[in-house]
Amino acid sequence: MSTTTVGAGAGIGTSPLRPDGTLKVTGEFAFSSDLWADRMLWGATLRSPHPRARIVGIDLTGAVATTGVHAVLTAEDVPGKKLYGLEHADQPVLAMGQVRYAGEPVAIVAADHPETARRAAAAIVVEYEVLPPITDPVAAIDAEETVHDRGNLLRHVPIRKGSLEATAPVVVTGEYEVGMQDQAFLGPESGLAIPAEDGGVDLFIATQWLHGDLGQVADCLGLPPSKVRLSLAGVGGAFGGREDVSMQVHACMLALHTGRPVKMVYSREESFHGHVHRHPARMWYEHGADLDGRLVYVKARIVLDGGAYASTSMAVVANATTLGVGPYKVPNVVVDGYAVYTNNPPCGAMRGFGAVQACFAYESQMDKLAAALGLDPVDVRVRNALEPGDTMPTGQVVHGPAPVADLLDRVRAAAPPAQRGDDLRELPGGVANTTHGEGVRRGVGYGIGIKNVGFSEGFDDYSTARVRLEVVGGEPAAVVHTAAAEVGQGLVTIQAQIVRTELGVEQVTVATADTTVGSAGSSSASRQTYVTGGAVKAACEAVRAAVLRRAGRDDVTLRGGRLVTEGGEVVADLVDVLGDRPIEETVEWRHKPTHPLDPRTGQGDAHVQYAFAAHRATVDVDVELGLVRVVEIATAQDVGRALHPQSVRGQIAGGTAQGLGLAVMEEIQVVDGLIRNPSFTDYLIPTILDVPPMRIDVLELGDPSAPYGLRGVGEPPTISSTPAIVAAIRAATGLALNRVPVRPEHLTGT
Amino acid sequence: MRVNLTVNGEARQADDVWPGESLLYVLRERLGLPGAKNACEQGECGSCTVYLDGTPVCACLVAAGQAEHRDVRTVEGLPGPDGLDPVQQAFLSAGAVQCGFCTPGLVVAVHDLLARNPTPSDPDIREALAGNLCRCTGYENIVAAVKLAAGA
Amino acid sequence: MEFLRPSTWDEALAAKAEHPDAVPIAGGTDVMVELNFDRRRPPALLDLTRVASLADWAADGDRLRIGAGVTYRRIIDELGGRLPGLAMAARTVGSPQIRNRGTVGGNLGSASPAGDAHPPLLATGAEVEIGSVRGVRTVAVADFFQGPKRSVLAPDELIAAFLVPAATGPQQFAKVGTRNAMVIAVCSFALALDPQRRTIGTGIGSAGPTPLRATEAEALAAELPWEGKTLPDTIVQRFGELVGAAARPIDDVRGSAAYRRHALAVLGGRTLRWAWEEHRCA
Repeated sequence: MSTTTVGAGAGIGTSPLRPDGTLKVTGEFAFSSDLWADRMLWGATLRSPHPRARIVGIDLTGAVATTGVHAVLTAEDVPGKKLYGLEHADQPVLAMGQVRYAGEPVAIVAADHPETARRAAAAIVVEYEVLPPITDPVAAIDAEETVHDRGNLLRHVPIRKGSLEATAPVVVTGEYEVGMQDQAFLGPESGLAIPAEDGGVDLFIATQWLHGDLGQVADCLGLPPSKVRLSLAGVGGAFGGREDVSMQVHACMLALHTGRPVKMVYSREESFHGHVHRHPARMWYEHGADLDGRLVYVKARIVLDGGAYASTSMAVVANATTLGVGPYKVPNVVVDGYAVYTNNPPCGAMRGFGAVQACFAYESQMDKLAAALGLDPVDVRVRNALEPGDTMPTGQVVHGPAPVADLLDRVRAAAPPAQRGDDLRELPGGVANTTHGEGVRRGVGYGIGIKNVGFSEGFDDYSTARVRLEVVGGEPAAVVHTAAAEVGQGLVTIQAQIVRTELGVEQVTVATADTTVGSAGSSSASRQTYVTGGAVKAACEAVRAAVLRRAGRDDVTLRGGRLVTEGGEVVADLVDVLGDRPIEETVEWRHKPTHPLDPRTGQGDAHVQYAFAAHRATVDVDVELGLVRVVEIATAQDVGRALHPQSVRGQIAGGTAQGLGLAVMEEIQVVDGLIRNPSFTDYLIPTILDVPPMRIDVLELGDPSAPYGLRGVGEPPTISSTPAIVAAIRAATGLALNRVPVRPEHLTGT
Repeated sequence: MRVNLTVNGEARQADDVWPGESLLYVLRERLGLPGAKNACEQGECGSCTVYLDGTPVCACLVAAGQAEHRDVRTVEGLPGPDGLDPVQQAFLSAGAVQCGFCTPGLVVAVHDLLARNPTPSDPDIREALAGNLCRCTGYENIVAAVKLAAGA
Repeated sequence: MEFLRPSTWDEALAAKAEHPDAVPIAGGTDVMVELNFDRRRPPALLDLTRVASLADWAADGDRLRIGAGVTYRRIIDELGGRLPGLAMAARTVGSPQIRNRGTVGGNLGSASPAGDAHPPLLATGAEVEIGSVRGVRTVAVADFFQGPKRSVLAPDELIAAFLVPAATGPQQFAKVGTRNAMVIAVCSFALALDPQRRTIGTGIGSAGPTPLRATEAEALAAELPWEGKTLPDTIVQRFGELVGAAARPIDDVRGSAAYRRHALAVLGGRTLRWAWEEHRCA
């Protein structure tokens, strides 16, 4: 675990190289699955094959007797709390008397080789009394049979705005469905737990939220948090899938039990069972509009399948519901969102977090409305576009820029892609040679979405940053230390840029994220540059104030290692002011507070900031075979201020590609509670031949209430690319298409 | 069993290898070369791409024993005496690296592509890299990196 | 688990006779997945990558004899002109990395109904040369497959080569997947025209318990206007329908049976038309 130093670099608004980039291109960067320790053992997990069953008995004899096995543990061996969970502790560390989803961990093993551990786990005999699983979330809401002792309804969020009785001359209705998407981060869940001499444990882990893990791990181990030390190991992508605990407690239990380091690495198949997925959704919408296409009301019912455990379902359904009518002015709103327990795989955070599902439905409805009125689909959106000062269905007023119409206009005005060539690789089906142009029709579609940035509904959302300024080798140098998880998005680069901008020093080291500094919150909700960026900026300001106090000046800034007046006069060298006395400040930083939703009306200022992106998709569809090739995507997004423009574009392209995957190929297929495709052979994510070139238009309109005016970037691109692509397929085929992912069967009526 | 092979120009030996192990496991866990990554272990993602006797392969699909007396070159073996290989430098400069888990496999695949075809067209690039999944970048900056390296 | 490393064909056959449970491994694209995913723990692996003769191919009269260890990449690079249908199929196998290592012999040995090499081999009437310490036999590809992942191979036998006529006319291969690259076939279809003998060969992949021929569609050869006239749409359509009807698909995670039949009908018609255009222009 090394710290990373940025060499000659630059401040915010430029695109310096990633400090971890060289290690990543040479293969030397230490991902969590790359870790190794002397006398290390390998952990393995035995999982339930049944979605719902009582455990009648567990016989560990065969596993314990296996040569090379050092520990075989079950629920009885969990030293502390037996349950964990991000919002509601309902998930057993290891199954206790029953299992609620297929893949639920039942026992864990540590052995001297991964194959030994696997064989030992396979030798454990679990006797199950199999029960019929509860798998239909809509039926489950009122069902007598329940997944847990409490009812199956995890949360109902009602939104009531304006008149409940509003009517309109033009009404369009639709029922929509979104399949279960997987984050499919490439680096499987993994980590290394090392027992410590003080009876505690050091855990090197790929996670999105070190302190979120810390609290849960310490509780389950029955240890004070001070004896559980987490350090961020290299994270091979996250996208929400690492917000919940996976193998963290298991590895620590095995390490503490054996007194030896224990490494756990999930296989791809296990990974599909080892983290939460995007909630499958069923949604019923009714839009009423006047004859000019202005929305009068929206009524909707949204049901999210939360699976067997709560995870973040309560927050996901709040997002789906509060953002459920999209970035439009709607005077009258009746929306009800439900998150439901079933015996399906647990669902929770994934990029877009509830906004994705709703956007597919409301954008499909906007196209339907345009068709009903004979209007252009962009025109009908522009006519209803949210503007600054408008109120959301929750009553929250939108402050700052909300360039909804502008984003739509921009993607509409972008130059169209070239006509199709003859190269097989540019046709639907590619080199598989399914068409030479026969049956291929082009379609264009649009989508726009809205996402909240940061944690909502009154959550105390903060980050902590420690910045130290000192003289190293005769030069001023800074160290910035937070617990914020770099998951690929480039936060390490941003932190150094902020320090350079604020303190005017070139040499900045970003210390490894760990729990020896206060919480940074989660790298999720498009929040980390905003909140940890805000904390780093605030810590720098505190350091700068201390420098100025020491220098006895209040009229200077720090630039190029010097104290400089506004007029450009150098009054001192930073090196001289610092001397051999470093200045270090630790700051907790919060964005403006949010508030809970009224439980009956859903009214309240629940969100921190809104972010918007629009997409135009151009597709070629082989209408006879039902095969799709996305030809080009044009997208526009307001990012407030691009702190690292190259990374901003990288987020937009990557997020768009994940939305493309949901539109045309990605779905975890669950039948009777069982995942039928837990592999990269059958859960397909887009290849480089599936993702088209993108035109990316970045707006920097500046949000006056955010650090540097920035707006969260990560999630919006994933939200509106899906409905844009489906709209383009509809345009090419004339089909209704109310479900994603769109499969060839849907396009061919087979 | 014992496996003898050449890795990045050096004769190496791994002992007590279980015959069901892959070359990938031997490189990562026995020879201290974790550059090639374990993302799918079924040849569907390309994260473990290494050269085997000069040809890019998925190390997860090579049985350890099949590498006996073979020549393996991994991403760790690409930099020359003057530093990063141009492909590595291009990935860095073009912003083709986010989480980085796919990067080592992609770097090897691009290194091979440009050795065979120094000026690939856009479809050539995409067909050659179709076996390397990336979940972060949307491939936009990866294509840019290949073009950058090809022009270098 | 043992690891057996024969360096000659005779050693390989002797090892297989001595260890009939040993699983042959060449490119590893099937065997290693089963090992990595903990699906299979054979008592021994029999590595065939050191048997040099398996990687040879040569003309044998009007046929080609292609060693079981020739990789897909070499089929594309070295045999694209003589075996265009097989080369087109090879280009759709997995990824470049897989094609660099995977072999047609391995595809046959696994006997998956989704194997991409099988339809063109069926369409061209290829034969499989099988060896054992007991001797050599050849089996028509059409008779080689017995069910999903089952073939006529006896426990002591290994695939030595396949024998296939060099193309005597246009060949096509088309494969449907739900992604534009690196995908296992939802269904696939191969077609080989032989204008001299006035025959059509066919092969259907991933739409039945084994790769299949569409024999009734093949019989339409008698009705084709071989003298270079334009192909009537009615024949194209009927050919496609007969291809679809010949499939015996199931619903599975990759696609529905109904879709597979439909798609095969489309592919049948399209590939016939493409091949016919090439024949007319020849």
